[in-house]
Amino acid sequence: MNAQREPTLVVGRLTTRFAGLGGAVTAVDEVSFNVAPGEVLGLVGESGSGKSMTGFSILGLVDPPGEITGGSIRLKGRELRGLPAREWRALRGDRIAMIFQDPMMTLNPVLRIDTQMIETVRAHRRVSRDAAREMARDALARVGIPSPDERLRAYPHQLSGGMRQRVAIAIALLNAPDLIIADEPTTALDVTIQAQILFEMQTLCRESGTALIWITHDLAVVAGLADRVCVMYAGRIVEQGSTAQVLETPAHPYTRGLLDSTPAANVQPDKAGRPQPLRQIPGMAPSLKELPAGCAFRPRCTRASTLCEQTPPEVELARGHVARCFHPLSAAEGLKS
Amino acid sequence: MSETSPPPAASPADSEVERPLRRLARMYAESRVALFGLALLLVIVLAALLAPWLAPQNPYDLMQLDMLDGRLPPGSASGDGRLTYLLGTDEQGRDMLSAILYGLRISVGVGVVATLMALAIGMALGLAAGYFGGRFDAVLMRIADIQLSFPSILVAMILLALFGQGIDKIVIALVAAQWAYYARTTRSAALVEGRKEYIEAARLLGLSTPRILFRHLLPNCLPPLIVVAALQVAAAIALEATLSFLGLGLPVTEPSLGLLIANGFQYLYSGRYWISVFPGVALLLLILAINLVADQLRDVLNPRLQSQ
Amino acid sequence: MSAPQPARTAALQEAPAQAPANGSTIAPLLELKAIRKTFGAQPDWVERLGQRLGWLQPAAMVQALDGVDLSIARGEVVGLVGESGCGKSTLGRIAVGLHAPSSGRRLWRGTDLDALPEAERRRAGLGIQMIFQDPYASLNPRLRVRDLLAEAPRVHGLIDRTQQAEFVAALLRQVGLDPAVADRFPHQFSGGQRARIGIARALAVKPEFLVCDEAVAALDVSIQAQVLNLFMRLREELGLTYLFISHDLGVVRHLSDRVAIMYLGRIVESAPSAEIFSRPAHPYTQGLLAEAPTLKVEKKRFLAIQGELPSPLAPPRGCHFHPRCPHAFERCRLEAPYLQEIAPGHVSACHLNGA
Repeated sequence: MNAQREPTLVVGRLTTRFAGLGGAVTAVDEVSFNVAPGEVLGLVGESGSGKSMTGFSILGLVDPPGEITGGSIRLKGRELRGLPAREWRALRGDRIAMIFQDPMMTLNPVLRIDTQMIETVRAHRRVSRDAAREMARDALARVGIPSPDERLRAYPHQLSGGMRQRVAIAIALLNAPDLIIADEPTTALDVTIQAQILFEMQTLCRESGTALIWITHDLAVVAGLADRVCVMYAGRIVEQGSTAQVLETPAHPYTRGLLDSTPAANVQPDKAGRPQPLRQIPGMAPSLKELPAGCAFRPRCTRASTLCEQTPPEVELARGHVARCFHPLSAAEGLKS
Repeated sequence: MSETSPPPAASPADSEVERPLRRLARMYAESRVALFGLALLLVIVLAALLAPWLAPQNPYDLMQLDMLDGRLPPGSASGDGRLTYLLGTDEQGRDMLSAILYGLRISVGVGVVATLMALAIGMALGLAAGYFGGRFDAVLMRIADIQLSFPSILVAMILLALFGQGIDKIVIALVAAQWAYYARTTRSAALVEGRKEYIEAARLLGLSTPRILFRHLLPNCLPPLIVVAALQVAAAIALEATLSFLGLGLPVTEPSLGLLIANGFQYLYSGRYWISVFPGVALLLLILAINLVADQLRDVLNPRLQSQ
Repeated sequence: MSAPQPARTAALQEAPAQAPANGSTIAPLLELKAIRKTFGAQPDWVERLGQRLGWLQPAAMVQALDGVDLSIARGEVVGLVGESGCGKSTLGRIAVGLHAPSSGRRLWRGTDLDALPEAERRRAGLGIQMIFQDPYASLNPRLRVRDLLAEAPRVHGLIDRTQQAEFVAALLRQVGLDPAVADRFPHQFSGGQRARIGIARALAVKPEFLVCDEAVAALDVSIQAQVLNLFMRLREELGLTYLFISHDLGVVRHLSDRVAIMYLGRIVESAPSAEIFSRPAHPYTQGLLAEAPTLKVEKKRFLAIQGELPSPLAPPRGCHFHPRCPHAFERCRLEAPYLQEIAPGHVSACHLNGA
């Protein structure tokens, strides 16, 4: 729906490497995607897939020995790669905001909520303290915090985990950023609280036109939230497309395997009423230090052939639906069996 | 059927992973200063151990001393020409180098023995307090608090005043002054480790309490204890030297470094610096070496660095 | 090994007046009766004095479990679901004997375990083992795999030294690991492999009953599927009984014959797995099911449960769920509902049941 609009963020062939003992490790390998205004992009992968490092790279938060070694990051047409640290700082918290799994990464435990929020506003724009306070209260109200005036005077430890994460989200929203990067923000929360936050985030982004990148390991979270999905494995995006395309007709064998491994989707008891075993992916994710040549998923893949020892090409299966695979599943194969 | 079959096991590629001790050794060797400290410590300890064979004379065999050689400056030859006093002599004509080597022996010995005893006592009490908690824990830790609120030298002086002098007495005084450090350190480590799931698993597996305490809990509490013990050896040696310097420590028949310093103290103003200064330098080097080693141990045993 | 019986309808009554409905021939393997558990420091004499003189408020006590009954039949897999702080982990730890209940009884094949002499209790306790959540903290980092696995069987005389190597190899094969890894230390394994080692350690003492406390929550999705399949295979091979504690409805639904839902220290609903997912009766269960993320590609249009879990320091009066319940009425604020049977094997604690 936002295809004709100028994307907020264009990431092209982004590569982040870590120099280390025994050679460099490529944590993010030629990753490309766009996010449109008001769009929610789900970045899905297991631990070590490079999903969080992709987020940190876009935020300019890759510390040595890590380094962005290639590609471009364009926010509203402006190239961010190679920006001096001072300009990065000015961008973060203003045009790009972030939300972490642990809200205490954002919140300072010894400062009251209002102090922190007012500071965030005034770090980026010249407004009076009262005006900043007003903005802070509005932001808290928008993320569904009851009695925001009272919460403003609280310290972080006086709030529950879900409430803290809401405050962190409110802080991210304060300066109406163009882009929010959220790294597993609901993973530590209960189902009911997670549902509330997912619901509110969707509405907020749609209304304000903020682009949102939601980094998670959980395909089910993405199913109810994201417009588009990128699936990452061993530093590469192996499949991307609209949420319906990726989840309903997955083309990459890894995506298919992830969906099959998710118990929620696979409750089909056999005749005796016993659940069937999950169709698991054999083996485990390779260490980034010793990736196999070609497709990194090859050793765990049932469809792998000698061809897969080459780097797989990006295959466009449908409009906007791309998989990096020599043997993608056809739409019929990708359908749930 | 293929779905339930187990996946392949760990790749053989990582089979040549380092053993924990070798990894610690490699991490320790990353600091040159720490290696220097270790080398210095080894030299001092070896010199102390081998004093009877290394020392030019036995400084406490009165037959070997010549009063006429008293208070000779460093580098002087003895009256009979058989010896060169590299570090000079004291007022009784005793070779300072020999006296220092013998003194180190006593200082290191007392420090190590007192530390090991305090460690054993403090560790056992702290382990029990941390694992069982309750009233025992509360009482023990209050005693430790009270004791730690007095300077350890005061505690030691009071005890020595009660017991009198002697090498056994000073060891007791040092143990009494230091057990609380170990008890506290062990207790806090045991509190953290004791809550971990592997301890619960051991309980469920029906293992006996002593087995859980000593085979499961204690080995995982050791890293901070080793660091504390290393630092406390230095503190024990310094404390013993202080007490001996004040004349409260060891009797004159067993002169440690502190006593040697005290003996030479009265000559400092008359320019005969060597009687006091060289034992002082030996003490300084010993404590410096121990501290360098302990600092690096603390870094190496830091669990946050260890987890990689 | 023949497949164990699915979903035995077990007794789950709050009121002791109603006799447990086990007219079935087999007594439950494990039975928890009216379990209460409160946490909070016992006041020392200074505090007691202060309270008596009225200077101090009595210390806050957390009521983690408020009269929970749960019985589990041999071969059954019971899923225990709830949000953090609902008491499900506490219940699991009481079931295995790591915590003592403040009141209530724990019956293992009909005998009260905690009334047995120490030695006998320890032996009987081997039949109940736990699989822990954290694959890192649950293995002693200083022991090699072979010692982790063989220590308890050696201590209990189940094997002797000559059998040890073979015993360890067989266990490792059983959980899908290469026997060659027996000489390694835990830090040399990935999370999924550690989870397998933890399972092997529990199996080493030949348990009949495993309590799995969020046993797959820390694992990646693809690894989680492997471990869930392992649990199911072991159930077939060894005839194990499980209490499977999890916040993840998908995981529980996949494994369990019967599911019990907990809210703030009480079981609010329990039913055979298929029944509870198709016909949830309690408003909290309904809300949980509606809020749980699924792979269905559709945007949420409404929220089933508002608000947050109340503090267990001050649970609401009456039905604990009433402040968040869309159907709450006057009676819910005053009176706690009892578990009532609303269909065969399906009990629910809600005042709307009769209505």
